[in-house]
Amino acid sequence: MENLVLQALSGLASASSLFLVAAGLTVIFGVSRIVNFAHGSFYMLGAYLAWTLVTTLPRGHLGFWGGVVAAALATGLIGLVVEVLLLRRIYRAPELFQLLATFGVVLIVQDLALLTWGAQDLLGPRAPGLRGGTEILGLRFPDYELFLIVVGPVVLGLLLLLFHRTRWGTLVRAATLDREMVGALGVNQRMLFTSVFFLGSVLAGLGGALQLPRESVNLHMDLSIITEAFVVVVVGGLGSLGGAALAALLIGELHAFGILVLPKITLVLVFLVMALVLVVRPHGLLGKAPGPAHGGAGSAEPVIGPAPRPLLWLGAAALATAVLLPLLAGDYALSVLTEFAIFVLFAASLHLIMGPGGMASFGHAAYFGLGAYGAALAAKWLAAPMLLGLAAAPFAAGLFGLLFGWFCVRLSGVYSAMLTLAFAQIAWSVAFQWVEVTGGDNGILGVWPDSWAAPKLVYYYLTLALCLGATLLLRRVIHAPFGFALRAQRDSALRAEAIGIDAFRTRWLAFALAAVMAGIAGGLFAYAKGSVFPTFLGIPRSVDALLMVLLGGVQTLSGPIIGALAYTGLQEQLVRLTDLWRLILGGIIVALVLFFPQGLAGAARARWEASRGDA
Amino acid sequence: MTGWVIGRRQVLAGAGAALAAPVLGRAQGAPIRIGEINSYTAQPAFLQPYRYGWTMAVEQVNAAGGVNGRSLETLHRDDAGKPEDAVRLAGELVNAEKVALLSGGFLSNVGLAIADYANQNRMLYVASEPLTDALVWSRGNRYTFRLRASTYMQSAMLVEEAAKLPAKRWATVAPNYEYGQSAVRWFKELLTRARPDVTFVAEQFPALGRIDAGATVQALAATNPEAIFNVTFGADLTNFVRQGLTRGLFERRRVVSLLTGEPEYLDPLQDEAPENWIVTGYPWDQVNTPEHAAFREAYRRRWNDTPRLGSVVGHDTVMAIAAMLKQTSAVETEAMVDAMAGLKFGSVFGPVEFRAIDHQSTMGAFVGRTVLKNGRGTMADWRYADGRDYLPPDDVVRALRPQS
Repeated sequence: MENLVLQALSGLASASSLFLVAAGLTVIFGVSRIVNFAHGSFYMLGAYLAWTLVTTLPRGHLGFWGGVVAAALATGLIGLVVEVLLLRRIYRAPELFQLLATFGVVLIVQDLALLTWGAQDLLGPRAPGLRGGTEILGLRFPDYELFLIVVGPVVLGLLLLLFHRTRWGTLVRAATLDREMVGALGVNQRMLFTSVFFLGSVLAGLGGALQLPRESVNLHMDLSIITEAFVVVVVGGLGSLGGAALAALLIGELHAFGILVLPKITLVLVFLVMALVLVVRPHGLLGKAPGPAHGGAGSAEPVIGPAPRPLLWLGAAALATAVLLPLLAGDYALSVLTEFAIFVLFAASLHLIMGPGGMASFGHAAYFGLGAYGAALAAKWLAAPMLLGLAAAPFAAGLFGLLFGWFCVRLSGVYSAMLTLAFAQIAWSVAFQWVEVTGGDNGILGVWPDSWAAPKLVYYYLTLALCLGATLLLRRVIHAPFGFALRAQRDSALRAEAIGIDAFRTRWLAFALAAVMAGIAGGLFAYAKGSVFPTFLGIPRSVDALLMVLLGGVQTLSGPIIGALAYTGLQEQLVRLTDLWRLILGGIIVALVLFFPQGLAGAARARWEASRGDA
Repeated sequence: MTGWVIGRRQVLAGAGAALAAPVLGRAQGAPIRIGEINSYTAQPAFLQPYRYGWTMAVEQVNAAGGVNGRSLETLHRDDAGKPEDAVRLAGELVNAEKVALLSGGFLSNVGLAIADYANQNRMLYVASEPLTDALVWSRGNRYTFRLRASTYMQSAMLVEEAAKLPAKRWATVAPNYEYGQSAVRWFKELLTRARPDVTFVAEQFPALGRIDAGATVQALAATNPEAIFNVTFGADLTNFVRQGLTRGLFERRRVVSLLTGEPEYLDPLQDEAPENWIVTGYPWDQVNTPEHAAFREAYRRRWNDTPRLGSVVGHDTVMAIAAMLKQTSAVETEAMVDAMAGLKFGSVFGPVEFRAIDHQSTMGAFVGRTVLKNGRGTMADWRYADGRDYLPPDDVVRALRPQS
């Protein structure tokens, strides 16, 4: 019994820390609709800055608590700079595009932190006055954890006061409900957005700084917190502070008690919780259905027309290059080109649901990975020849696409995207933990092509034929009646239903089709690499796909193709050239976002239309 | 567009290499190229000292006239912790850069991916860091060799000490991935064999890098074990130790802990390093054999820093490769593989052999207990456990490793 009470207290302490980070994220999202990937980076910066300040300032209460507060404020200032220089310029860009920009910031911060603070983990001093423990029911419990348990509710209370008792808070709540209306009433939106971003960053920095007496400060803090913070925000309901507190509590306690029963559940627990909550409550615990903020009647996305003649010529030239150039290329160039072809299809498959479908996915790698595992498992357990393995890939991916899609397409916006992430993480943890079948994180080895396809050139042409065929098929689908129906339900579900389009079925089938196509890409990837690992369906790969589509431009058909080539090509070159590739890649992404807020292909189209005068 | 640019670069590079290679290959003094792949951006804390050790060793070999008149040259690549990227980079190093052999690897799955590539493409792969037993046993192949003492070996070293303790009720805590799971499995199996009277009352598997230390410590304490086997390392270890100390988890309990004596993991704990844990590690300040003293001094002069275990591993990987190159009849894969099998070379820790039976080196580790000295953790009562004494009998190894 005593043990259970202490376990509950431990859960409360974790919940409190989690809430601080999630609160900042949810406030920022509520007002600006930005999916702020860099929030974890601010958390990490808060911890590093606090370490520097606390270890330089004189020891004692003032040095420690002053250092923590100063670190939080400094993090807020960094957030302010990012908002003014970067995000403010792209609020009008298509939805989720800001995610790309914040991801660039993540990459830059990772390298800058490494350069500034070095690779070794740093240990901060313990909090003065809270070093020891207190006896609770005969067991010892750390004082600092008790302090954290208090901090969470206090911060929540202060935030609620701020939002409900000040004019600024009222404006923020108004903007959360209806941005346009607040703007129309003459409120300076810029100031509002900037100040909210500052507040959110301060909270992230405070969350990081307060970890100093608990945890070591290290370079993995950013990515390890960001997904969990997002889960808390979404489970609680986007933009809802009370919801975030409730969700943090739920996850903290479930985790504390979950490990007593199932120690290995640590990997997947938060995602199981999220999947369950979202299936039962599509807008989170305390979230409200979003108003017609985005995509209301009359705000249809640009119509996709037939490709203009020069684009056709360009496509033909690219195709000729893709077919003829490899005859002269070396083995390594061939394997890179093979990857390009695979990622083009992968990005195009995501584009089908993101562009024409109007549904974002944060977990598209699931179907890529399931395809790869489908092929590898067939090869390993059934000794299937390569072609059979390649056929198993889209089958496996499509099956799970139908299953997961059935739940995901009922939701909308970020909720739907986060549910895809939850399913992807569940699939990932199965691949990771079911060691007997999947080999766990050591993966499945020896998935090499049959001897006829073993030469790199043959395998390249096989990949090119399949990927090109599939990509062209996707293009055809978008121009077919099914594609029109898909775009119709995106622009106005209500009108689409009125003319007899079954919006749910259309979205569901599109989701499954995208999964099948990603599965083809995954199967080809498995044989190209010779091995399959859980990383194939991990979050970083999903993010890669998202970045490719966003970089190319969501609103054009050639966008994902160009985005895939640009992103993979850049990364491949930079990794070979420099150890600081993250810094440079991040910088390039930020620059591209600033100069081409509609993506590369979107910018090209805008220029083309402007020159023809028919924009 | 991008694809075309890269293609052209590769064509030129490939053509250049094809034209140049036969001539250069015969010329005296053309460098021998080593392709080295590691998770530099994903695991910088361990791999920066590793890279320093590696670079210093290459400089030493080259200053001494190289190998048979040819200098060594290394091409380092960052796989960012992704095995699929490591495979691509292996292809780049082999096909575009024409390296003679592959080396590196820190994460087990990256090591396995490179090993499988090496097997498929008949390239020598000298794995430095990855600890997984699969690399030389269940997934072992002709072309792969591994320097560091494996999970099994280090677990076996600790079991020897654990069996001497009076403790009968044990709990385990390990990161939730292959390394943690294997270490716990071996520890349980070997300890139960040595001491049939022990029982395991709890096990915790926090997610790697995301330990919820408070809850984990409390869950372990609730089962009231007499001793704890710890496999967490890095940030997880720090958080675990801090929560464990304030909650009194380690009082009146013995802790046996993998890798915790390595400066990589002990140094960040500063004056909060736990005392009297039985650990494997590397007491760099106290090992005064002539080989090690010379290495420590050279390292200090070159980098103005103290060596970590990663420095030794990087250094000795190069030394092993150089020793092999001196013995091989030609810089050609099959000859090099033959030279690696059974290769003996002088490591910083003393003589080491790459066993012909499973391609595992006999490099050992230091076993001792942790103490606080001058406000930082270090090891005391340590001894060097030679790896050859902690490997299973040959017939067991043959059963574990595919024989073909």
